Amino acid sequence: MPATDAPKNPPQKAVPTPLVSLRDIHLSFGANEVLKGISLDVLPGQVVSIIGPSGSGKSSLLRCITGLLRPQLGTITVGATRVDRLRHEAELIALRRRVGFVFQQYNLFPHLSVLDNLVLGPVRVNGRPRDEAEHQARELLQRVGLAHKAAAYPGELSGGQQQRVAIARALAMQPELILFDEVTSALDPETVGEVLTVIRELAEDGMTCVLVTHEMRFAAEVSDEVVFTEAGRVVEQGPAARLFGNPQQERTRAFLRRALGASLGSQSYAPDNKVVALPIDRFRFAI
Amino acid sequence: MAHDTHHPGTGQDAPLWPWLAAAVAALLGLAAWTQFSASPPVALQQLAKWLPTLLLGLGANIGISVLAMALGTVAGLLIGALSLSTLAPVRGATRLYVQVFRNAPVLVLVYFSTYVFPFELQLHHWRLPFPDWIKVVLGLALPASANVAEIFRGAVQSIPSAQWEAAQSLALSRRDIFRLVVLPQCVRRMLPPWMNLYASITMATSLASLVGVHDVVDAAQIASNTVSRTDFTALIYASLLLLFFAYCYPIARATQALEARHARH
Repeated sequence: MPATDAPKNPPQKAVPTPLVSLRDIHLSFGANEVLKGISLDVLPGQVVSIIGPSGSGKSSLLRCITGLLRPQLGTITVGATRVDRLRHEAELIALRRRVGFVFQQYNLFPHLSVLDNLVLGPVRVNGRPRDEAEHQARELLQRVGLAHKAAAYPGELSGGQQQRVAIARALAMQPELILFDEVTSALDPETVGEVLTVIRELAEDGMTCVLVTHEMRFAAEVSDEVVFTEAGRVVEQGPAARLFGNPQQERTRAFLRRALGASLGSQSYAPDNKVVALPIDRFRFAI
Repeated sequence: MAHDTHHPGTGQDAPLWPWLAAAVAALLGLAAWTQFSASPPVALQQLAKWLPTLLLGLGANIGISVLAMALGTVAGLLIGALSLSTLAPVRGATRLYVQVFRNAPVLVLVYFSTYVFPFELQLHHWRLPFPDWIKVVLGLALPASANVAEIFRGAVQSIPSAQWEAAQSLALSRRDIFRLVVLPQCVRRMLPPWMNLYASITMATSLASLVGVHDVVDAAQIASNTVSRTDFTALIYASLLLLFFAYCYPIARATQALEARHARH
């Protein structure tokens, strides 16, 4: 794990090696240029949020990191892996074992029970014994407050519950990094809070997270670093406090004015009072 | 096998009226004939006498339908898989096969297979007889395979690409994605149309009598000619209707039950 390299470096001045590093990413779908030279670093244990108007290529960026999309230009590094150079399925599989992905539309497997959704990857990909994988899956379900739904099928769950299962499914692979692609956008306001609570706890536990989100307040709260993108370019990026508190670019200010205004008007997710109490046992990944 | 129409969840919405209607119609028909012919028991006695022959004939129909469907399913899945090939000529060939055999009248295919295939096969000095009922099986398996191929292709393509993405993100191999994520969902989607297809293939087995197979229709014709009574002829064809109905209706009900369950999950 990259984080363990840290002690070798002198503690003060060390610049930690980024876990994810994007350099000058260009991605087009036919004539439509979606990403026009994006660069971005994510340090181990960091939470980085990508915000910006719809259609600015945020989701495509996440898909590039896990090799679901291949940029025409630029380099992507995850740990020691040059993602943009991966060609063979086995290489992509090795990468994806380390990178979790949570989708806007949950994308659970409808023909499998909740438990089997969580067990499939660890057993088939990581070759873990089934009972061990099931044990871990139940722990994860407990963690996201859905221990009682292990035998249910995705179609029987609410959106918020499905999304929490999807997060647990990503966690079951014990990734170094999780990518969240607008994971609350398909949820009704009632259930947004329960999903954000789970992500917040992951962040607190030191999981490296990259979030594409429209939940500005949440991004401000959990992120170490915020990136504002528009039309395939990074407009501004910096620590959450600065980007939200004192944005430098007029374009960022305008966007935040509208986004924060809108999220004030809509149902807020009220982190402290309404969410299910989750067991906050420290969750560690043994790799 | 398919007779368990009373699924726990669908017990109350499985209406009995088609059965009742059929029984009442049969009784009314019988009563009418009783009025005019004034010899009620004879037709019934004859029917009782011929019933074993009819059932034996029906056995031939069911056997042919099961074999044709089994053959058609295996061939259809193969052709359906080829129709998803990345090679354009392969796709084109399977398209042609599917279109030709889906759009051909079944009777034509039955005659086609009867007269195209020889009545025996010569392998070195072995002579394998190639009886008509096997030709009927082949004749019915042709449209069955074309339909199964189409059902399979449709099912695979109806699985959203997001399922592929999700499975890829879990680091599953393409093989595993197909085997563990896509195919199981396809089976669920394919089952109702597949059962519909089986029911229509079963009904199409009644064409077997036209090429000399001793099936239930053939048995009814022989019975009708032998007894040679108008009331008996009406009765025996009514019984034929009832027999096919009794076999196919539960399949249709089970299909509906499956579709309802599919809609819930």
